[in-house]
Amino acid sequence: MRGAAATLRHELIGLSGVLERNAYLVKRYVWWELAFFVWSLANTLTIVFIAKGIHAAGGKLDVDRATTTLLIGAVIWSYLGVVFEILTETVAWERWEGTIEYTFMAPLARPIHLIGMGLFAVVYGVLRTAVLFAVIAGFFSLSLGGANFVAALVVLAVASVSFIGIGMMTAVLPLISPEKGMQMGFIAQGILLVISGVYYSVSVLPQWMQWLSTISPATYALRGIRHAILDGYGVGAVWGDIWPLIVIGVIAIPLGLVIFGVGERHAKRHGKLKRSG
Amino acid sequence: MTAVEVHNLRKEFLRRDAERSGLRRRRRRVPALENVTFAIERGECVAILGQNGSGKSTLVRLLSTLLLHDGGSALVFGHDVFKEQRAVQRLVNRVSVEASFFKKMSSEENLSYAARFYGMTGAETRERIPMILDRVGFPARRRHEAMEHLSRGMQQKVSLARALLTSPVLLLLDEPTTGLDPRSKLEVQDFIREVWASHDATILLCTHDLAEAEALADRVGILDRGQLLCLEPVDELKERYRAETLEEAFFAATGREFEQEDEDAERGVFA
Repeated sequence: MRGAAATLRHELIGLSGVLERNAYLVKRYVWWELAFFVWSLANTLTIVFIAKGIHAAGGKLDVDRATTTLLIGAVIWSYLGVVFEILTETVAWERWEGTIEYTFMAPLARPIHLIGMGLFAVVYGVLRTAVLFAVIAGFFSLSLGGANFVAALVVLAVASVSFIGIGMMTAVLPLISPEKGMQMGFIAQGILLVISGVYYSVSVLPQWMQWLSTISPATYALRGIRHAILDGYGVGAVWGDIWPLIVIGVIAIPLGLVIFGVGERHAKRHGKLKRSG
Repeated sequence: MTAVEVHNLRKEFLRRDAERSGLRRRRRRVPALENVTFAIERGECVAILGQNGSGKSTLVRLLSTLLLHDGGSALVFGHDVFKEQRAVQRLVNRVSVEASFFKKMSSEENLSYAARFYGMTGAETRERIPMILDRVGFPARRRHEAMEHLSRGMQQKVSLARALLTSPVLLLLDEPTTGLDPRSKLEVQDFIREVWASHDATILLCTHDLAEAEALADRVGILDRGQLLCLEPVDELKERYRAETLEEAFFAATGREFEQEDEDAERGVFA
Protein backbone atom coordinates (compact mmCIF):
# COMPACT_ATOMS: atom_id res chain seq x y z
CA MET A 1 0.00 0.00 0.00
CA ARG A 2 2.82 2.38 0.97
CA GLY A 3 4.67 1.34 -2.21
CA ALA A 4 1.64 2.15 -4.34
CA ALA A 5 1.27 5.55 -2.67
CA ALA A 6 4.95 6.32 -3.27
CA THR A 7 4.62 5.32 -6.92
CA LEU A 8 1.51 7.46 -7.31
CA ARG A 9 3.28 10.41 -5.68
CA HIS A 10 6.27 9.95 -8.01
CA GLU A 11 3.99 9.89 -11.07
CA LEU A 12 2.05 12.96 -9.94
CA ILE A 13 5.29 14.88 -9.43
CA GLY A 14 6.31 13.83 -12.96
CA LEU A 15 2.94 14.98 -14.29
CA SER A 16 3.41 18.35 -12.59
CA GLY A 17 6.79 18.56 -14.33
CA VAL A 18 5.12 18.20 -17.73
CA LEU A 19 2.64 20.97 -16.87
CA GLU A 20 5.42 23.15 -15.45
CA ARG A 21 7.59 22.80 -18.55
CA ASN A 22 4.72 23.73 -20.87
CA ALA A 23 3.93 26.76 -18.72
CA TYR A 24 7.59 27.84 -18.94
CA LEU A 25 7.48 27.50 -22.72
CA VAL A 26 4.30 29.54 -23.06
CA LYS A 27 5.91 32.22 -20.90
CA ARG A 28 9.14 32.19 -22.93
CA TYR A 29 7.33 32.26 -26.29
CA VAL A 30 4.58 34.66 -25.22
CA TRP A 31 4.94 36.96 -28.27
CA TRP A 32 4.70 34.00 -30.61
CA GLU A 33 1.62 32.84 -28.72
CA LEU A 34 0.13 36.27 -29.32
CA ALA A 35 1.00 36.14 -33.02
CA PHE A 36 -0.58 32.69 -33.30
CA PHE A 37 -3.70 34.04 -31.57
CA VAL A 38 -3.94 36.88 -34.09
CA TRP A 39 -3.72 34.31 -36.88
CA SER A 40 -6.55 32.28 -35.28
CA LEU A 41 -8.57 35.46 -34.93
CA ALA A 42 -8.14 36.37 -38.61
CA ASN A 43 -8.89 32.83 -39.68
CA THR A 44 -12.05 32.66 -37.56
CA LEU A 45 -13.24 36.04 -38.81
CA THR A 46 -12.82 34.90 -42.41
CA ILE A 47 -15.11 31.96 -41.76
CA VAL A 48 -17.66 33.78 -39.64
CA PHE A 49 -18.12 36.57 -42.21
CA ILE A 50 -19.49 33.96 -44.62
CA ALA A 51 -22.91 34.24 -42.95
CA LYS A 52 -23.07 37.98 -43.65
CA GLY A 53 -21.75 37.37 -47.14
CA ILE A 54 -24.55 34.95 -47.98
CA HIS A 55 -27.11 37.36 -46.57
CA ALA A 56 -25.66 40.23 -48.61
CA ALA A 57 -25.84 38.06 -51.74
CA GLY A 58 -29.60 37.63 -51.21
CA GLY A 59 -29.58 34.38 -49.27
CA LYS A 60 -32.33 33.98 -46.70
CA LEU A 61 -30.95 33.06 -43.31
CA ASP A 62 -30.93 34.14 -39.67
CA VAL A 63 -27.60 35.97 -39.78
CA ASP A 64 -26.97 35.90 -36.03
CA ARG A 65 -27.73 32.19 -35.75
CA ALA A 66 -25.65 31.33 -38.83
CA THR A 67 -22.80 33.51 -37.55
CA THR A 68 -22.86 31.75 -34.16
CA THR A 69 -23.05 28.34 -35.84
CA LEU A 70 -19.98 29.14 -37.92
CA LEU A 71 -18.21 30.67 -34.93
CA ILE A 72 -18.69 27.51 -32.87
CA GLY A 73 -17.32 25.45 -35.76
CA ALA A 74 -14.31 27.71 -36.17
CA VAL A 75 -13.41 27.84 -32.46
CA ILE A 76 -13.77 24.07 -32.05
CA TRP A 77 -11.50 23.66 -35.09
CA SER A 78 -9.05 26.00 -33.43
CA TYR A 79 -9.35 24.15 -30.10
CA LEU A 80 -8.79 20.79 -31.74
CA GLY A 81 -5.75 22.24 -33.51
CA VAL A 82 -4.25 23.38 -30.20
CA VAL A 83 -4.88 20.02 -28.50
CA PHE A 84 -3.39 18.01 -31.37
CA GLU A 85 -0.46 20.37 -31.77
CA ILE A 86 0.53 20.26 -28.10
CA LEU A 87 0.21 16.46 -27.97
CA THR A 88 2.26 16.11 -31.15
CA GLU A 89 4.91 18.28 -29.52
CA THR A 90 5.40 15.48 -26.97
CA VAL A 91 7.84 14.15 -29.54
CA ALA A 92 8.29 16.87 -32.16
CA TRP A 93 9.40 19.74 -29.91
CA GLU A 94 11.62 17.51 -27.79
CA ARG A 95 13.31 16.20 -30.90
CA TRP A 96 13.80 19.71 -32.24
CA GLU A 97 15.38 20.87 -28.94
CA GLY A 98 17.37 17.64 -28.65
CA THR A 99 15.95 16.78 -25.22
CA ILE A 100 14.00 13.75 -26.42
CA GLU A 101 16.56 11.20 -25.23
CA TYR A 102 16.66 12.67 -21.70
CA THR A 103 12.89 12.77 -21.44
CA PHE A 104 12.31 9.29 -22.80
CA MET A 105 14.98 7.68 -20.60
CA ALA A 106 13.50 9.25 -17.46
CA PRO A 107 11.51 7.04 -15.07
CA LEU A 108 8.13 8.51 -15.91
CA ALA A 109 5.30 6.26 -17.09
CA ARG A 110 4.44 7.15 -20.65
CA PRO A 111 0.66 7.32 -19.92
CA ILE A 112 1.38 9.93 -17.22
CA HIS A 113 3.64 11.83 -19.61
CA LEU A 114 0.96 11.86 -22.33
CA ILE A 115 -1.88 12.63 -19.95
CA GLY A 116 0.17 15.55 -18.61
CA MET A 117 0.56 16.89 -22.13
CA GLY A 118 -3.15 16.34 -22.75
CA LEU A 119 -4.18 18.12 -19.55
CA PHE A 120 -2.04 21.12 -20.39
CA ALA A 121 -3.43 21.14 -23.93
CA VAL A 122 -7.01 21.16 -22.64
CA VAL A 123 -6.46 23.90 -20.04
CA TYR A 124 -4.51 26.08 -22.47
CA GLY A 125 -6.91 25.28 -25.33
CA VAL A 126 -10.04 26.09 -23.31
CA LEU A 127 -8.63 29.44 -22.14
CA ARG A 128 -7.51 30.38 -25.63
CA THR A 129 -10.78 29.25 -27.20
CA ALA A 130 -12.86 31.14 -24.65
CA VAL A 131 -10.97 34.37 -25.39
CA LEU A 132 -11.28 33.77 -29.15
CA PHE A 133 -15.01 33.13 -28.83
CA ALA A 134 -15.57 36.19 -26.66
CA VAL A 135 -13.61 38.51 -28.99
CA ILE A 136 -15.44 37.38 -32.14
CA ALA A 137 -18.84 37.33 -30.43
CA GLY A 138 -18.17 40.91 -29.30
CA PHE A 139 -17.01 41.89 -32.78
CA PHE A 140 -20.33 40.74 -34.31
CA SER A 141 -22.38 41.90 -31.29
CA LEU A 142 -23.93 38.45 -31.09
CA SER A 143 -26.81 38.11 -28.71
CA LEU A 144 -25.93 35.17 -26.46
CA GLY A 145 -28.21 35.90 -23.52
CA GLY A 146 -29.92 32.52 -23.74
CA ALA A 147 -26.72 30.51 -24.13
CA ASN A 148 -25.94 27.83 -21.56
CA PHE A 149 -22.15 28.11 -21.33
CA VAL A 150 -21.91 25.65 -18.45
CA ALA A 151 -23.47 22.90 -20.55
CA ALA A 152 -21.21 23.88 -23.48
CA LEU A 153 -18.14 23.58 -21.25
CA VAL A 154 -19.29 20.20 -19.92
CA VAL A 155 -19.65 18.91 -23.48
CA LEU A 156 -16.22 20.31 -24.39
CA ALA A 157 -14.63 18.77 -21.28
CA VAL A 158 -16.08 15.32 -22.00
CA ALA A 159 -15.15 15.60 -25.70
CA SER A 160 -11.61 16.56 -24.72
CA VAL A 161 -11.01 13.08 -23.30
CA SER A 162 -11.57 11.63 -26.78
CA PHE A 163 -9.54 14.42 -28.39
CA ILE A 164 -6.62 13.60 -26.08
CA GLY A 165 -6.91 9.91 -27.02
CA ILE A 166 -6.82 10.71 -30.73
CA GLY A 167 -4.04 13.22 -30.11
CA MET A 168 -1.97 10.45 -28.49
CA MET A 169 -2.38 8.40 -31.67
CA THR A 170 -1.10 11.27 -33.83
CA ALA A 171 1.61 12.22 -31.31
CA VAL A 172 3.52 9.08 -32.14
CA LEU A 173 3.75 9.94 -35.84
CA PRO A 174 6.85 12.17 -35.51
CA LEU A 175 8.59 9.21 -33.85
CA ILE A 176 7.91 7.03 -36.85
CA SER A 177 8.50 9.73 -39.45
CA PRO A 178 10.64 12.55 -38.01
CA GLU A 179 10.30 14.62 -41.19
CA LYS A 180 6.60 14.33 -41.99
CA GLY A 181 4.99 12.95 -38.84
CA MET A 182 3.76 16.29 -37.58
CA GLN A 183 2.00 17.07 -40.84
CA MET A 184 0.20 13.73 -40.61
CA GLY A 185 -1.38 15.06 -37.42
CA PHE A 186 -2.91 17.91 -39.40
CA ILE A 187 -4.38 15.40 -41.85
CA ALA A 188 -6.03 13.51 -38.99
CA GLN A 189 -7.44 16.79 -37.66
CA GLY A 190 -8.76 17.76 -41.11
CA ILE A 191 -10.45 14.41 -41.69
CA LEU A 192 -12.04 14.51 -38.25
CA LEU A 193 -13.57 17.89 -38.90
CA VAL A 194 -14.79 17.32 -42.45
CA ILE A 195 -16.87 14.33 -41.32
CA SER A 196 -18.08 16.02 -38.12
CA GLY A 197 -20.10 18.91 -39.52
CA VAL A 198 -17.75 21.70 -38.59
CA TYR A 199 -19.60 24.37 -40.63
CA TYR A 200 -22.69 22.43 -41.67
CA SER A 201 -25.02 19.74 -40.47
CA VAL A 202 -23.72 16.20 -40.98
CA SER A 203 -27.03 15.44 -42.71
CA VAL A 204 -25.67 17.14 -45.85
CA LEU A 205 -22.83 14.62 -46.08
CA PRO A 206 -22.98 11.52 -48.31
CA GLN A 207 -24.28 8.43 -46.50
CA TRP A 208 -20.86 6.82 -46.03
CA MET A 209 -19.50 10.02 -44.52
CA GLN A 210 -22.51 10.24 -42.22
CA TRP A 211 -21.69 6.76 -40.99
CA LEU A 212 -18.11 7.86 -40.31
CA SER A 213 -19.39 10.93 -38.48
CA THR A 214 -21.02 8.68 -35.85
CA ILE A 215 -17.58 7.52 -34.64
CA SER A 216 -16.10 11.02 -34.56
CA PRO A 217 -16.20 12.73 -31.15
CA ALA A 218 -16.18 16.13 -32.87
CA THR A 219 -19.67 15.39 -34.29
CA TYR A 220 -21.18 15.15 -30.80
CA ALA A 221 -19.05 17.98 -29.44
CA LEU A 222 -20.13 20.38 -32.17
CA ARG A 223 -23.80 19.39 -31.97
CA GLY A 224 -23.91 19.49 -28.17
CA ILE A 225 -22.15 22.84 -27.92
CA ARG A 226 -24.38 24.35 -30.61
CA HIS A 227 -27.50 23.19 -28.77
CA ALA A 228 -26.15 24.61 -25.51
CA ILE A 229 -25.19 28.00 -26.97
CA LEU A 230 -27.83 28.53 -29.65
CA ASP A 231 -30.81 26.90 -27.94
CA GLY A 232 -29.80 27.21 -24.27
CA TYR A 233 -30.00 23.45 -23.66
CA GLY A 234 -28.83 22.23 -20.26
CA VAL A 235 -26.59 19.26 -19.51
CA GLY A 236 -29.61 16.92 -19.30
CA ALA A 237 -30.89 18.03 -22.69
CA VAL A 238 -27.53 17.40 -24.37
CA TRP A 239 -27.03 14.03 -22.67
CA GLY A 240 -27.69 12.43 -26.06
CA ASP A 241 -24.41 13.97 -27.22
CA ILE A 242 -22.53 13.44 -23.96
CA TRP A 243 -22.90 9.67 -23.57
CA PRO A 244 -21.44 8.83 -27.01
CA LEU A 245 -18.51 11.08 -26.09
CA ILE A 246 -17.98 9.11 -22.88
CA VAL A 247 -18.02 5.83 -24.82
CA ILE A 248 -15.58 7.14 -27.46
CA GLY A 249 -13.34 8.58 -24.72
CA VAL A 250 -13.24 5.27 -22.83
CA ILE A 251 -12.04 3.59 -26.04
CA ALA A 252 -9.82 6.40 -27.38
CA ILE A 253 -7.51 6.86 -24.37
CA PRO A 254 -6.40 3.21 -23.99
CA LEU A 255 -6.20 2.88 -27.78
CA GLY A 256 -4.08 6.03 -27.98
CA LEU A 257 -1.73 4.71 -25.29
CA VAL A 258 -1.41 1.34 -27.02
CA ILE A 259 -0.68 2.97 -30.38
CA PHE A 260 1.88 5.33 -28.83
CA GLY A 261 3.49 2.35 -27.07
CA VAL A 262 3.74 0.41 -30.32
CA GLY A 263 5.27 3.46 -32.02
CA GLU A 264 7.77 3.98 -29.20
CA ARG A 265 8.88 0.34 -29.35
CA HIS A 266 9.26 0.67 -33.13
CA ALA A 267 11.39 3.79 -32.64
CA LYS A 268 13.54 2.04 -30.02
CA ARG A 269 14.05 -0.96 -32.27
CA HIS A 270 15.02 1.11 -35.30
CA GLY A 271 17.06 3.78 -33.53
CA LYS A 272 14.63 6.63 -34.20
CA LEU A 273 14.33 7.73 -30.59
CA LYS A 274 17.04 10.33 -30.91
CA ARG A 275 17.41 13.99 -31.67
CA SER A 276 18.30 13.66 -35.33
CA GLY A 277 15.69 11.03 -36.05
CA MET B 1 28.57 -5.87 -6.52
CA THR B 2 28.43 -5.78 -10.30
CA ALA B 3 27.00 -2.55 -11.60
CA VAL B 4 26.80 -3.45 -15.28
CA GLU B 5 26.80 -6.89 -16.83
CA VAL B 6 26.66 -7.07 -20.59
CA HIS B 7 26.72 -10.45 -22.28
CA ASN B 8 26.87 -11.03 -26.04
CA LEU B 9 24.98 -7.80 -26.64
CA ARG B 10 24.05 -7.31 -30.25
CA LYS B 11 22.38 -4.46 -32.10
CA GLU B 12 21.75 -4.12 -35.80
CA PHE B 13 20.12 -1.41 -37.85
CA LEU B 14 18.28 -1.70 -41.13
CA ARG B 15 19.79 0.27 -43.93
CA ARG B 16 18.37 0.93 -47.36
CA ASP B 17 20.67 0.23 -50.27
CA ALA B 18 21.15 2.76 -53.03
CA GLU B 19 20.28 0.02 -55.52
CA ARG B 20 16.68 -0.87 -56.16
CA SER B 21 15.20 -4.31 -56.37
CA GLY B 22 12.08 -3.81 -58.51
CA LEU B 23 10.26 -0.81 -57.14
CA ARG B 24 11.71 -1.03 -53.65
CA ARG B 25 15.15 -0.33 -52.35
CA ARG B 26 16.78 -3.37 -50.83
CA ARG B 27 17.31 -3.33 -47.09
CA ARG B 28 20.10 -4.97 -45.23
CA ARG B 29 21.15 -5.32 -41.64
CA VAL B 30 24.19 -3.37 -40.54
CA PRO B 31 25.70 -4.46 -37.22
CA ALA B 32 26.35 -1.62 -34.76
CA LEU B 33 27.35 -3.87 -31.86
CA GLU B 34 28.44 -7.47 -32.21
CA ASN B 35 28.42 -9.81 -29.22
CA VAL B 36 29.80 -7.28 -26.78
CA THR B 37 30.56 -8.77 -23.35
CA PHE B 38 31.91 -6.96 -20.28
CA ALA B 39 31.21 -6.21 -16.64
CA ILE B 40 31.74 -3.10 -14.50
CA GLU B 41 32.01 -3.34 -10.74
CA ARG B 42 30.24 -0.86 -8.50
CA GLY B 43 32.29 2.31 -8.02
CA GLU B 44 34.47 1.64 -11.04
CA CYS B 45 35.14 4.10 -13.85
CA VAL B 46 35.47 2.37 -17.20
CA ALA B 47 36.29 4.12 -20.46
CA ILE B 48 35.38 2.75 -23.84
CA LEU B 49 37.56 4.11 -26.63
CA GLY B 50 36.50 4.09 -30.21
CA GLN B 51 36.37 6.16 -33.34
CA ASN B 52 33.24 7.80 -34.67
CA GLY B 53 30.87 5.05 -35.69
CA SER B 54 32.51 2.37 -33.56
CA GLY B 55 29.30 1.72 -31.60
CA LYS B 56 29.99 3.74 -28.43
CA SER B 57 26.80 5.78 -28.57
CA THR B 58 24.77 2.70 -29.46
CA LEU B 59 26.08 1.04 -26.30
CA VAL B 60 25.19 4.07 -24.18
CA ARG B 61 21.75 4.34 -25.74
CA LEU B 62 21.08 0.64 -25.15
CA LEU B 63 22.01 1.00 -21.48
CA SER B 64 19.86 4.16 -21.27
CA THR B 65 16.77 2.18 -22.43
CA LEU B 66 16.57 4.26 -25.62
CA LEU B 67 17.19 1.29 -27.88
CA LEU B 68 15.99 -2.31 -27.95
CA HIS B 69 18.62 -4.97 -28.54
CA ASP B 70 18.73 -7.74 -31.13
CA GLY B 71 20.42 -10.31 -28.94
CA GLY B 72 22.35 -10.94 -25.76
CA SER B 73 21.61 -9.34 -22.41
CA ALA B 74 22.41 -6.29 -20.31
CA LEU B 75 21.87 -5.92 -16.57
CA VAL B 76 22.23 -2.76 -14.49
CA PHE B 77 22.53 -3.57 -10.79
CA GLY B 78 20.81 -6.87 -11.51
CA HIS B 79 17.89 -5.32 -13.45
CA ASP B 80 17.34 -6.41 -17.03
CA VAL B 81 17.74 -3.27 -19.15
CA PHE B 82 15.16 -4.46 -21.70
CA LYS B 83 12.57 -5.99 -19.37
CA GLU B 84 12.76 -3.78 -16.29
CA GLN B 85 13.17 -0.42 -17.95
CA ARG B 86 11.60 1.68 -15.16
CA ALA B 87 13.89 0.15 -12.51
CA VAL B 88 16.94 0.82 -14.69
CA GLN B 89 15.81 4.36 -15.53
CA ARG B 90 15.73 5.24 -11.82
CA LEU B 91 19.40 4.23 -11.48
CA VAL B 92 20.88 5.72 -14.62
CA ASN B 93 21.53 9.16 -16.01
CA ARG B 94 23.77 10.40 -18.77
CA VAL B 95 25.70 13.26 -20.26
CA SER B 96 26.06 13.20 -24.01
CA VAL B 97 28.16 15.13 -26.48
CA GLU B 98 25.31 17.55 -27.14
CA ALA B 99 24.15 19.41 -24.05
CA SER B 100 20.50 19.26 -25.08
CA PHE B 101 18.13 21.68 -23.40
CA PHE B 102 15.06 23.76 -24.06
CA LYS B 103 17.01 26.72 -25.35
CA LYS B 104 14.60 29.46 -24.36
CA MET B 105 14.31 28.12 -20.83
CA SER B 106 16.88 28.96 -18.15
CA SER B 107 19.25 26.45 -16.57
CA GLU B 108 17.13 26.45 -13.45
CA GLU B 109 13.93 25.79 -15.37
CA ASN B 110 15.54 23.02 -17.41
CA LEU B 111 16.92 21.32 -14.32
CA SER B 112 13.65 21.68 -12.47
CA TYR B 113 11.75 20.05 -15.33
CA ALA B 114 14.22 17.15 -15.56
CA ALA B 115 14.18 16.58 -11.79
CA ARG B 116 10.39 16.24 -11.64
CA PHE B 117 10.59 13.11 -13.76
CA TYR B 118 12.78 11.58 -11.07
CA GLY B 119 10.25 12.40 -8.36
CA MET B 120 11.82 15.58 -6.96
CA THR B 121 9.34 18.12 -5.63
CA GLY B 122 9.50 21.89 -6.04
CA ALA B 123 10.80 22.31 -2.48
CA GLU B 124 13.59 19.80 -3.13
CA THR B 125 14.68 21.36 -6.42
CA ARG B 126 14.62 24.88 -5.01
CA GLU B 127 17.17 23.74 -2.47
CA ARG B 128 19.29 21.41 -4.61
CA ILE B 129 19.52 23.21 -7.95
CA PRO B 130 21.47 26.25 -6.67
CA MET B 131 23.74 23.88 -4.73
CA ILE B 132 24.50 21.65 -7.68
CA LEU B 133 24.97 24.57 -10.09
CA ASP B 134 27.35 26.09 -7.62
CA ARG B 135 29.24 22.80 -7.43
CA VAL B 136 29.78 22.65 -11.19
CA GLY B 137 31.04 26.24 -11.10
CA PHE B 138 28.03 27.79 -12.77
CA PRO B 139 27.70 31.51 -11.88
CA ALA B 140 24.64 32.19 -9.72
CA ARG B 141 23.75 35.40 -11.57
CA ARG B 142 23.22 33.46 -14.82
CA ARG B 143 20.73 30.94 -13.45
CA HIS B 144 17.76 32.75 -14.96
CA GLU B 145 19.33 33.33 -18.38
CA ALA B 146 18.05 31.38 -21.35
CA MET B 147 20.29 28.42 -22.24
CA GLU B 148 20.79 29.78 -25.75
CA HIS B 149 22.85 32.64 -24.29
CA LEU B 150 25.33 30.33 -22.57
CA SER B 151 28.62 29.09 -24.01
CA ARG B 152 29.02 25.43 -24.96
CA GLY B 153 31.21 24.84 -21.91
CA MET B 154 28.60 26.40 -19.60
CA GLN B 155 25.87 24.31 -21.19
CA GLN B 156 27.88 21.14 -20.66
CA LYS B 157 28.30 22.04 -16.97
CA VAL B 158 24.52 22.38 -16.68
CA SER B 159 24.26 19.02 -18.44
CA LEU B 160 26.48 17.47 -15.77
CA ALA B 161 24.40 19.17 -13.09
CA ARG B 162 21.25 17.70 -14.64
CA ALA B 163 22.70 14.21 -14.53
CA LEU B 164 23.91 14.55 -10.94
CA LEU B 165 20.76 16.20 -9.64
CA THR B 166 18.99 12.84 -9.78
CA SER B 167 21.83 11.06 -7.91
CA PRO B 168 22.35 8.28 -10.45
CA VAL B 169 24.30 5.23 -9.33
CA LEU B 170 25.32 4.62 -12.93
CA LEU B 171 26.51 7.62 -14.89
CA LEU B 172 26.85 7.22 -18.64
CA LEU B 173 29.15 9.79 -20.20
CA ASP B 174 29.06 9.84 -23.98
CA GLU B 175 31.91 12.07 -25.14
CA PRO B 176 31.15 14.69 -22.48
CA THR B 177 34.09 16.94 -23.39
CA THR B 178 34.03 16.72 -27.18
CA GLY B 179 34.00 20.18 -28.73
CA LEU B 180 34.87 22.01 -25.51
CA ASP B 181 37.75 24.46 -25.28
CA PRO B 182 40.77 23.18 -23.30
CA ARG B 183 39.86 25.05 -20.13
CA SER B 184 36.25 23.89 -20.08
CA LYS B 185 37.44 20.39 -20.88
CA LEU B 186 39.71 20.33 -17.83
CA GLU B 187 36.98 21.77 -15.62
CA VAL B 188 34.52 19.12 -16.72
CA GLN B 189 37.11 16.36 -16.25
CA ASP B 190 37.92 17.66 -12.76
CA PHE B 191 34.28 17.64 -11.92
CA ILE B 192 33.84 14.07 -13.17
CA ARG B 193 36.76 13.07 -10.94
CA GLU B 194 35.21 14.86 -7.98
CA VAL B 195 31.81 13.27 -8.53
CA TRP B 196 33.34 9.86 -8.85
CA ALA B 197 35.24 10.34 -5.60
CA SER B 198 32.40 11.87 -3.60
CA HIS B 199 29.33 10.10 -5.03
CA ASP B 200 28.76 6.39 -4.87
CA ALA B 201 28.67 6.40 -8.67
CA THR B 202 29.80 3.94 -11.29
CA ILE B 203 30.92 5.61 -14.49
CA LEU B 204 30.93 4.37 -18.06
CA LEU B 205 32.79 6.91 -20.16
CA CYS B 206 32.65 6.58 -23.92
CA THR B 207 35.18 8.81 -25.60
CA HIS B 208 37.56 9.17 -28.46
CA ASP B 209 39.89 11.25 -26.30
CA LEU B 210 42.79 8.97 -25.39
CA ALA B 211 44.22 11.27 -22.71
CA GLU B 212 40.81 11.63 -21.06
CA ALA B 213 40.34 7.86 -20.95
CA GLU B 214 43.80 7.34 -19.49
CA ALA B 215 43.38 10.11 -16.91
CA LEU B 216 39.94 9.17 -15.65
CA ALA B 217 39.39 5.45 -16.00
CA ASP B 218 40.33 2.37 -13.97
CA ARG B 219 40.05 0.25 -17.08
CA VAL B 220 39.99 1.10 -20.75
CA GLY B 221 38.25 -0.85 -23.49
CA ILE B 222 38.67 -0.56 -27.24
CA LEU B 223 35.49 -0.76 -29.27
CA ASP B 224 36.10 -1.15 -32.96
CA ARG B 225 33.43 -1.62 -35.61
CA GLY B 226 30.98 -2.83 -33.00
CA GLN B 227 33.35 -5.31 -31.38
CA LEU B 228 34.91 -4.87 -27.94
CA LEU B 229 38.51 -5.94 -28.51
CA CYS B 230 39.73 -5.63 -24.92
CA LEU B 231 38.94 -4.09 -21.55
CA GLU B 232 41.68 -3.82 -18.97
CA PRO B 233 43.76 -1.35 -16.97
CA VAL B 234 45.81 0.98 -19.17
CA ASP B 235 49.16 -0.54 -18.11
CA GLU B 236 48.00 -4.06 -18.92
CA LEU B 237 46.60 -2.83 -22.21
CA LYS B 238 49.92 -1.31 -23.17
CA GLU B 239 51.73 -4.44 -22.07
CA ARG B 240 49.42 -6.72 -24.01
CA TYR B 241 49.99 -4.79 -27.23
CA ARG B 242 53.63 -4.00 -26.38
CA ALA B 243 52.90 -0.32 -26.75
CA GLU B 244 54.39 2.76 -25.16
CA THR B 245 51.22 4.81 -25.42
CA LEU B 246 47.49 4.20 -25.55
CA GLU B 247 47.48 5.44 -29.13
CA GLU B 248 50.01 2.78 -30.11
CA ALA B 249 47.97 0.17 -28.27
CA PHE B 250 44.88 1.29 -30.20
CA PHE B 251 46.77 0.99 -33.46
CA ALA B 252 48.07 -2.46 -32.54
CA ALA B 253 44.58 -3.62 -31.56
CA THR B 254 42.68 -2.26 -34.56
CA GLY B 255 45.33 -2.02 -37.24
CA ARG B 256 44.39 1.63 -37.82
CA GLU B 257 45.57 5.00 -36.61
CA PHE B 258 43.31 6.47 -33.94
CA GLU B 259 42.61 9.66 -35.83
CA GLN B 260 41.87 7.77 -39.05
CA GLU B 261 38.14 7.81 -39.75
CA ASP B 262 36.33 4.51 -39.96
CA GLU B 263 36.01 3.71 -43.64
CA ASP B 264 32.77 1.93 -42.95
CA ALA B 265 30.91 5.23 -42.98
CA GLU B 266 27.46 3.69 -42.89
CA ARG B 267 28.05 2.58 -39.33
CA GLY B 268 28.45 6.19 -38.34
CA VAL B 269 24.89 6.91 -39.39
CA PHE B 270 23.61 4.87 -36.47
CA ALA B 271 26.32 4.55 -33.89
